[in-house]
Amino acid sequence: MKKPHPYIPNSVPEAKAAMLRDVGAESAEELYEQMIPKRLLMKRSLNLPEGIPSEHDLKAHVLDLLSRDTDCGKSLSFLGGGCWQHFIPQVCDEIVRRGEFLTAYAGGGYSDLGRFQANWEFQSLICDLVGMEVSGLPTYDWGSAAGSSVRMASRLTGRREVLVPASMSPARFGVVSNFCNPTDMPGSIKLTKVAYDKKTGMMDLGDLEKKLTEIVAAVYVENPGYLGVIEERGKEIAKLAHDTGAEFVVGVDPISLGVLAPPSDYGADIVCGELQPLGVHMNAGGGLGGFIATRDEERYVAESPLRIISITPTSEPGELGFGGAAFERTSYMAREKAKDWVGTTTVLHGITAAVYLSLMGPQGMREVGEAILRKSHYAAKRFKEVKGLDVAWEGFFKEFPLNLEATGRTVNEVNAALLRKGIFGGKDISNEFPELGQSALTCVTEVHSKADIDRLTAELREAVA
Amino acid sequence: MTTVRPYHAARWSEPLINELTTAGERGVIPPAVEDGIPNAKGLVPEGMARKAPPLLPELSQLQVLRHWLRLSQMTLGMDTDIDIGVGTCTMKYSPKVNEELASRIADVHPDQSEETMQGLLEIAWRFANVYLREISGMDSFTFQPPGGSAGAFNNAVIMRKYHELRGELSQRDEIITTIFSHPCDAACPATAGFKLVTLYPDEETGIPSVEALKAAVSNHTAGIFVTNPEDTGIFNGHIDEWTKIVHEAGGLCAYDQANANAIMGVTRARDAGFDMCFFNLHKTFGSPHGSSGPGSAAVGVTKELDEYLPVPVIIKEGERYRLDYDRPHSIGKVRDFLGNIQVVLRSYAWAAAMGGEGLREAAEVSMINNQYLQKRLEGIRGITKPYGGRRLDQVRWSLAKLKEDTGVGVDDVNRRIVDYGVQTMFTSHHPWVVPEPFTPEPCESYSRADIDYWVAVLERVIGEAYSDPEMVKSAPHNSSIHKIDSSVLDDPEKWAMSWKAYRRKMK
Repeated sequence: MKKPHPYIPNSVPEAKAAMLRDVGAESAEELYEQMIPKRLLMKRSLNLPEGIPSEHDLKAHVLDLLSRDTDCGKSLSFLGGGCWQHFIPQVCDEIVRRGEFLTAYAGGGYSDLGRFQANWEFQSLICDLVGMEVSGLPTYDWGSAAGSSVRMASRLTGRREVLVPASMSPARFGVVSNFCNPTDMPGSIKLTKVAYDKKTGMMDLGDLEKKLTEIVAAVYVENPGYLGVIEERGKEIAKLAHDTGAEFVVGVDPISLGVLAPPSDYGADIVCGELQPLGVHMNAGGGLGGFIATRDEERYVAESPLRIISITPTSEPGELGFGGAAFERTSYMAREKAKDWVGTTTVLHGITAAVYLSLMGPQGMREVGEAILRKSHYAAKRFKEVKGLDVAWEGFFKEFPLNLEATGRTVNEVNAALLRKGIFGGKDISNEFPELGQSALTCVTEVHSKADIDRLTAELREAVA
Repeated sequence: MTTVRPYHAARWSEPLINELTTAGERGVIPPAVEDGIPNAKGLVPEGMARKAPPLLPELSQLQVLRHWLRLSQMTLGMDTDIDIGVGTCTMKYSPKVNEELASRIADVHPDQSEETMQGLLEIAWRFANVYLREISGMDSFTFQPPGGSAGAFNNAVIMRKYHELRGELSQRDEIITTIFSHPCDAACPATAGFKLVTLYPDEETGIPSVEALKAAVSNHTAGIFVTNPEDTGIFNGHIDEWTKIVHEAGGLCAYDQANANAIMGVTRARDAGFDMCFFNLHKTFGSPHGSSGPGSAAVGVTKELDEYLPVPVIIKEGERYRLDYDRPHSIGKVRDFLGNIQVVLRSYAWAAAMGGEGLREAAEVSMINNQYLQKRLEGIRGITKPYGGRRLDQVRWSLAKLKEDTGVGVDDVNRRIVDYGVQTMFTSHHPWVVPEPFTPEPCESYSRADIDYWVAVLERVIGEAYSDPEMVKSAPHNSSIHKIDSSVLDDPEKWAMSWKAYRRKMK
């Protein structure tokens, strides 16, 4: 290097030369040739843009690239569908930016006691919210959490079919499908979609009963689902599943659980869901993180792929420490014989979610749930006032398909018109769910003001006129 | 001579957050609901209303902040410690400016129209098509897999699809890996439905022999998953021969380059004959490890496998960047939306700061630092280095001799070095083929003084093991807590993963 790079202390030419001298070599090339066969060494230098070692210039370069973009802060957004704009308390940002948490990784339970306690408290607060007693460190997203959950159910029951709602997000279904293995290989798990009632959006229990045979490992439902629907008949579905020996797996958007019943109330055996609403910025989808929770039974812990933290006493009376529970089942220990795999997931998002839940408390969670319900239902009522617009169903939380069919316009056209006014309309689901016609999955949360909703109403009226 | 300075970890004896609760206190108030918006009556269907409030703690804002700050202070993040011990993880400096840059996309929704995020898409496209293609020699990249192991799973799914479409999947159901490859190279193909064949190293060279591989391949071989350099730091110099053998048998070759830190600009996956590879952006490319994520894999494939990549793929058409979902042979989704694209942005910024010359410099200095550390550790009593020869980025050492001499093993040493403010060393994944292992990796972020200090701490603790083994075995003594009772961790009657379980079982 011509000049020392600020990220590399030994790029100072004299320092590098002294290091080489100390290890008895003339050059790095000489050392590489002792370790890598010559035929595999690059014969030329990397053909890449020159580095930008000045922090100021680097920042200017990246910000220049980003300057064309806009976001949900600068625009008014009604996008949801698995990644949602929610209120993020400042204390969440403050904690998540702490270098200690940001740059920790695989340290031990003494040097990283705080990280272990934070991870344990994450598990505990999630359990408090969903009504379970065991959780683990976060997984990648709701889809992977659901994928791991149904694989657990398959191992628990020795069965190889899983029933899922046809109203599930196609992307999430795709993730679960890859977990379950959509081929004919021995050991693959078949995913079967259960129809939904077009009037209510809820699962069609007749279709469920028809498909719920003795080879079904799990019935999976979501509450609220991708299309915003609150599934009211959890208890009935749980009974149907349990009567055939299947596990009942429920995926949740946890921000609903201050007002909606926890899945444990209606018979869930395994609960999974998405962490992003709990204080994590959307990050263009990078804010996603999943979780899994179960009852405190050995058989569930034994099948979990996750790192799970237990509290434990120390040699000092009254003092508490933490450690990995039943670690032998993880892929770090058992390689291909492990319960699936564990790796680097989204633990920092888990810490954020724990900070969020400890700030919100039981009252905050109830209030935010009520605010979302009230504002989203107010929005649905306002939109229905516009001629030709309709809302698919009544029983929803936070989002709903807004049907444009009677206006003769496509979602694509209307969203293009809205974008010109600085508004991101709801997600176009006319390809994902053609049976719902021209529909926009429209999301309203606690961050939307009455004025925002009224503004969209007015712009919609103009766009479909 | 480096002096080891006295240290004591923060020791707040911080209660569990549920123990700090005071009924009625509020940490934050959610946004108000304006007049004119009807109340919530009737909006929750009958029977679906929450009956009892969740058992969450109730604290005011300062009290919440204080709790989490105290926990952060009892965490020895890489920012505060000489994190050489956590090898295979490349604990390099994550530049602060990149946090600021990543924060600029915090409020982007992944389903915004492409025209509102051309800059972000361009950054990801450039990183893939300008930087990673050149570094690896591969043709196409995806950032969909949200972690390193997720990258290995992604590659197993691609292999599955490849053989399925060729009608050979029922026959080709075996994956070959090596015991010193990361466990994900075994566990992820197994999750994807494959059987595993694991090769063990030759006693002399530390890598499995070419003959062992030849004996393992057959018409059942779907492919290989191998880490190189392996977790021992040894580069398998026959790797191009390996890929040839596997290709001749009809299999595909997947390279685990999670930690490619010492080989950027030095040797490339494509030139060794691989069909696919993955880098960990949270290791090699400077994005912070985040207490274990969010990270990202960058999966690279040859043009023959491009059609299998998960959707969407970021492509460039004229001057526009687009998300391409129209890929009939794609494996579909492995992660919702666009992956952890904030991690990609940070890594782009890191690579842009380095440039071609800087990337090569980072690799060289990592490698040279490792030679220096190797020289410093050789000759310390109780430490041995299994297998001969130089190592690239790290070395898997053994403390078996120390244990034999003193009864003090690597777990004891690990509990004692933290008393000097040095992070617990990474030992080895299991099984411990090397007994009492530890695997330091002195990447380019560390100075000579850093390495010397780290060695001085280890040397000091080893000295203590010889003079006062009981003191080392009962460590830690200057940490946030004392030695834990680990029997609880495997006992279903006693373990407690939540406040509710803890109160029921232990209180």
